[in-house]
Amino acid sequence: MDSAPSPDRTGVGYLPSAARTLMKLVVTGPFGVGKTTLIRTLSEIATLHTEEAMTQSSTRIDSTAGLPEKTTTTVAIDFGRLTVHDDLVLYMFGTPGQERFLPLWEDIARGALGALVLVDTRRLADSFAVMDMVEEQGLPYAVAVNRFPDAPAHSDEVLRKHLDLDDTTPLVQCDARERRGSIDALIALAEHALTRMPQPEDAS
Amino acid sequence: MTPGPARRLIPAYLVTGGRSRPAGPALDRLAVLVRTDAHVPDDAGTQARRLCDLLEPGALTVVECAAHLDLPVSATVFLATDLAATGLLLTRPPIPSAGQIDRSLVERLLVGLRSLP
Repeated sequence: MDSAPSPDRTGVGYLPSAARTLMKLVVTGPFGVGKTTLIRTLSEIATLHTEEAMTQSSTRIDSTAGLPEKTTTTVAIDFGRLTVHDDLVLYMFGTPGQERFLPLWEDIARGALGALVLVDTRRLADSFAVMDMVEEQGLPYAVAVNRFPDAPAHSDEVLRKHLDLDDTTPLVQCDARERRGSIDALIALAEHALTRMPQPEDAS
Repeated sequence: MTPGPARRLIPAYLVTGGRSRPAGPALDRLAVLVRTDAHVPDDAGTQARRLCDLLEPGALTVVECAAHLDLPVSATVFLATDLAATGLLLTRPPIPSAGQIDRSLVERLLVGLRSLP
């Protein structure tokens, strides 16, 4: 049977008409840590990406002119969307954690609720630079250990010690392919962001 | 993040007519774009027409439009700003009132996240 025509035959995934408030957070971490997987797990639309141009001074010397080359490269930023209430929609941007992406990072992180830093226990050290960058930005963050099936399991205490985490920084362990755990990671980040916001003025 | 495909982007100047700034305040990448009833003029550019066509069935953010049209976000901001100035689109900031995340918003987000299936 042919499927009935719908107003959204293209599969674009238009915004709910009641959506009034759009929030965003950054999902970051080293290459291959599962950023896009987590976004795909949570997103109600097929994950999309934008091509973002980055201009950077290359250390390479142009052999013909003898001048430092300025190169423009593009990087694809994956993102997804999760309607949390009828009127409240959360966007998740998968943002590379390398220092050379900093200008792009700042642009995407501006106005964001916070960052979820994904970690792979097989290469904890790869996440240090990312955590430094997020801290320098002053963005609230939570650490989510993406439990790969073949990665060694560690207790939270051991991971906290090796990641040198502040006591107040949330640490969750999840499987980025699994919805419940990924939502819990977002909740940990949102709770942490809330604690960092100024308390409302006493109404009395 | 995935490595970008080996495809040439449409140069931004082809969309922007060579200008480096849009004719209005810069739109947030999460600004919501809504198509109005205004008729798309016959001399509208290809990219302007594509954006209007995309938004015909419903609203999308700037960044979603950029992704669907394979345009840079900055070029999409230009297009949307121009189309809003000529009455073809309405634009709405992502956070309505104060334009900032406050405690009540995060509290609502938490209630929503906790009640997700």
